[in-house]
Order: sequence, then structure tokens, then C-alpha cells
Amino acid sequence: MTNKNLESSIDVGSPESGAYNLRLYVAGQTPKSLAAIANLKAICEDHLSGRYSIEVIDLTITPQLAAGDQIVALPTLVRTLPPPLKRVIGDLSNTERVLVGLDIRPRVVTL
Amino acid sequence: MVEQVNSQLPKTLTGIKGLDDLTFGGLPTGRPSLLCGAAGCGKTLFSMTFLVNGAISYNEPGVFLSFEERPKDLEDNVASLGFRVADLIQEKKLVLDHVHIERSEIEESGEYDLEGLFVRLGFAIDSIGAKRVVLDTIEALFSGLTDSALLRAELRRLFGWLKDKGVTAIITAERGEGQLTRFGIEEYVSDCVILLDNRVEDQITTRRLRVVKYRGSAHGTNEYPFLIDDEGVSVLPITSAGLKHKISREAVSTGVADLDAMLGINGYFRGSSILISGLAGTGKSTFGAAFVEAACKRGERCLYFAFEESPDQIVRNMSSVGIDLKDHLDAGLLRFEAARPSLYGFEMHLARMNRDIERFDPQVIVVDPISAFRGPSLEIHATLVRLADICKARGITAVFTSLSSVGDQMSESERSVSSLMDTWISLADMEANGERNRVLYILKSRGMNHSKQLREYRLSKAGIHFMEAYVGPDGVLTGTARLAQEAKERESGMARQQNTEKLRRELTRKREAAKRRIAELQADLAREEDEVETIISQEEAREAMLGSNRSEMAVARGHHHD
Repeated sequence: MTNKNLESSIDVGSPESGAYNLRLYVAGQTPKSLAAIANLKAICEDHLSGRYSIEVIDLTITPQLAAGDQIVALPTLVRTLPPPLKRVIGDLSNTERVLVGLDIRPRVVTL
Repeated sequence: MVEQVNSQLPKTLTGIKGLDDLTFGGLPTGRPSLLCGAAGCGKTLFSMTFLVNGAISYNEPGVFLSFEERPKDLEDNVASLGFRVADLIQEKKLVLDHVHIERSEIEESGEYDLEGLFVRLGFAIDSIGAKRVVLDTIEALFSGLTDSALLRAELRRLFGWLKDKGVTAIITAERGEGQLTRFGIEEYVSDCVILLDNRVEDQITTRRLRVVKYRGSAHGTNEYPFLIDDEGVSVLPITSAGLKHKISREAVSTGVADLDAMLGINGYFRGSSILISGLAGTGKSTFGAAFVEAACKRGERCLYFAFEESPDQIVRNMSSVGIDLKDHLDAGLLRFEAARPSLYGFEMHLARMNRDIERFDPQVIVVDPISAFRGPSLEIHATLVRLADICKARGITAVFTSLSSVGDQMSESERSVSSLMDTWISLADMEANGERNRVLYILKSRGMNHSKQLREYRLSKAGIHFMEAYVGPDGVLTGTARLAQEAKERESGMARQQNTEKLRRELTRKREAAKRRIAELQADLAREEDEVETIISQEEAREAMLGSNRSEMAVARGHHHD
């Protein structure tokens, strides 16, 4: 059921300053996992073109990695670089919130 | 201790003394149990004890998933109970995982689930083959994540998943308003619900535990006190003691030969409860100590609960009346447990005593004195009933001393336990014939034809020594008719004589008084007579003078007329 291809690294940008190191935790090929991967790729291409790297971690294969990054909810996107550490949970279908969560766009206070 | 109820439900021993008794075998195996209570009532320590006992005593490794305390803090906190968590982790018998969720650090975008938690927990369980799991306190998730409907669904799934995993789990939760837990998770964990409570009454805190629900099993329904100290957690299933204890026909010496003889069976019944009550200084403790010494000489183990004196003091004082406790203390046959009564609540005292009894496994205990306990009589009564029951259930011969107050026939604690006691020996001071003597009588002693005599006794270097049958001021107490008659006659004769003398003295006093009054009256009269006489003579003199004056005036006037 697990797909080895799921766990992958996409390194599109160069490791220059201002680069985004992103880690996406998922568990198996669930619709949520697949949606999260697709949504993340699209958002990065649109907003971080050329300066991001994505690491997808499938916890069904490497469950020992869950504790290290304090993973509770899945999918979880962790921004390891630039600091500070940021987390976004969910299938990343709300682009606006992903951008806010990754500090790409400032938080807009809506009433 | 408690009869095992025949049950289909497999149970897992918690290793927490008392809890296993009142749940008839522990928590439901392979199911989650809910442990709820307000902050600070010991949920974390309680559940950690469950895991540590499992790892050490039952070869069941455990996983502790902490949502609140960091592993380091947790280790330090439970170190106070003597748990060396780090060693257990090293030996792969325990896994500590800290789940940290901070809402401000998390952005939510789209759908998610708690699969990550499942993965972590599953990995931890599999890594050491855990049979026990603690989630402390899973409700922290509600403050970390916004979607509470999703959380509820996921928690339901989690508890189902834990059951599938076959682990025996404790889920802790904060006490909520109007419901057992703040977020109502008792709805999902309903096989076994245990409530912890921490109450302060009269400035004394007592922790209490109650099994609210245990699906598919009988359980004790009362509130039971439990304690957490350096020895860990223990629960006292007090009311689980019934009246089913076996009784013994064997007599054990009281340590005082004359008292043995008075009791008619050469001592107390083994496993009975004995109350020794008396005024201050009548030697209650001495009787207790004499019994202890005799028991130690037979090779029995004795536990002495001292609430007023320190062990050293007792040993010293008893050596002055020829009772040597030191050797037995050194030999390990005798043990003292000393505590001030005000140190804990009654139930806490009882819980500690129960634990000490279980640990030391004595044949004889002495509680000196029960009157040291102050508080509502109902509570004292309940505590002592339970203690007496515990002793009876274990076949322990228990001696309770009680200090009576002057003028009060029975103190509160005596009244409350008198019906429980099989033998009640009363010590008293008697004033008669110009001396003060100590006397003893057996108020009651179930199942033996005991002496009804009042006996005088002395405490000396040779120990407790009884005098020959004693004659009291209100008649004879020896049972011999002749002595009774003599004493009565002597007493009434003496009384009559005293009465006559008293009357005579009274009469003399009155006569003297009357004489004094007559003398006074006579003196008054004489004085009055004197006064009157004086006045009369003065009057006469004046009269005479006036007469002569008048004649002189008449002469003078006559002279004028001439």
C-alpha cells in the first residue's frame, strides 16, 4: 500500500540565503496526503519559485521520525528554514493560510 | 484479602495496593480506563505508578504519553516516589514521550486528522512491546487544535484503536463543571471510570478515590482514602473488610499473670480487640507494653503505634517497670510507628497504619492511645471500626488504649469503639482509707467467664502486680458476704458516730452564740439605764435651780412694790 515514490525530495532551488526548506509529513497515500503534496507543490511554484526544497516524509515507513518534529496531526508541513520553525497542518487546500503559516505573506486580521 | 469475584472480564493488576482489591483484580485488560480529577489530586503520579509497577512487577512494559509535563520534569516529579524512570527507559521497559502542541505555533489549512499521534503512539508501543499506556492529559489537544468536532471523532477512533492494540490504558482528564471531565470525554472512555478527589477538612487534606463505573464488573462503590508519599500510592479499601473473619479459640497471655487468671482463659483470644481505658497515670501503656513483651517472647511480631510518646521514651519508661522492649526492638520483632495524631486526617492515619500492618505483618498491634484522635465522633468511629476490622481479618490481636477524662464515664473515642471491642479493661484510681490506689476491672470480655472483681494493682520494678481482692467504699467487691457485712457495719457505725459528733458541735456552737447575744443585750440595757439616770438627775437639778431663781425674782419684784 505504501508507495516508495511518495517519499521524495524535490530540490528545485539553490541553497542560497532566503531559501525555504520544507518538510511535509504524511501517512500513506491517503486522499489528504496526495492533496497536500499537490497543493504544496503548486503553492511553492507560484510563490517560492527557485528557492525552496520539499522533503516528504511518510510516517507509515519511518514512524520514528514523528516524535522529533512533534507531529500530532497529519498532514503537517514544517518549515525548517528559514528560522523560526513553522507548522501548518491540513491538506493545505487553503492557500492563504499556508502563505500566512509559512510567513510568506503577513497575517491579515479579518473581523 | 478480598474474594475474587468470578468474572469473565480479564483484569490487569495496577500494583496499587487497595485499588486492586476494590476493583476485584485491577483495570480492565486491553481497554482504556478514565482517571479524572481536579488539578493536583495525583492523576499523573497515580498513572505513573500503574506503569512503573507494570514494568517492574508484572513484566508489562509501558508507554507514557505526556501532553503537559516535559519528560525531565516528569522524571524529577516521580523520583520523589522512588521511581527511577531513567533506568526503566534504559532497560526498554518504559517510553516517555512528550506531545507538545501550541496553538500559536500552528496554522491550520484544510483537512487534517490525528494520524500523527497514532503513528507516534504505535511506534512507541511496538518499540518495547508495551502492554500498558498512559495518556496524560489528552484533553490538552483541545487547547492546541481548533476543530473540536474533529478532535472528538479522532479521540473516539483513538480509544477504539487502543482497544484493537490490546493495551491496558489510563486516560487522565481534568474534572469539569457538572460532568466528570472538562471536555466530556467520559463519553468515549466508559469501561472504567475512576475519580480522584482532594479535600481539605479541618485544615487536614485527605485524598480520596472512587470507582464511578466499571462496566462488566463488580466494584467497591464508596470513596476510599489514598495516599501518595515516598512509598508510592496506596488506596485503603476500608469497607471491603466484612464480618467474615475466622475466629480463634487460642488464648494469648496478656503478659500479666494475674490478669490472665482473671480472664478465665489465661489471656485474650488471639485475633480479638482489647480496649484498655483509664485515667492519666493508671498504666494503660504499661498493660499494652506487657502484652507486647509477652508476645515478643513467644516469637511473635508486634507493631506499636505510638501517638503521644516517642519510641525511645516508651522503651525507657517501660524498662522502669521491668518491661524490657529494647531487645525485641533490636531483634526486629517489635516495631514502633510514631506520629502525631494531628499530622494527617484519620483516614490517612488509617491508610498508613494499614500499610504498615501489611508490610510488617504483625501478630499483635498496640494503638496507644486512640483518644489522641480529635475530631467528629462519626469519623473517629468509622476509622476505628475499619482498623479493628482490618486486624480481625488478619487475625491480629489488637490492644487499644484510651485516656478517660475525669468525671466523664466514657470518652468520645471509647464510646465509639466499645461495641467493637471483645475485651474491655477499665483502669481507675480509687481514693479510700487515706490512700489513692489503682484498681482494675474487666468491664466486658466476650466469650469468656471472666472475673467480676475489682482488683488493686501496683506498678513496680518487677512489673504489674495484683493485690489481694479489694474492698471499696461502696461495699464489697470480693464477692465474700462476710467481708461485705463487716465493711458495711464498720462504715455505717463510723458514719453514725461522725454524725452525732457533728450535731454536738453544732449545739455547742449555738449555745455559745446565744450566750454572747444575752451578754450583749445586758450590756446595752445597762448602758441605757446609766444614760436615763444621768438625764433624770440633770433634769432635777435644773428644776431646783429654776425654783430658786423664781423666788429670787419674786423678792426683787416685791422690793420694787414696796
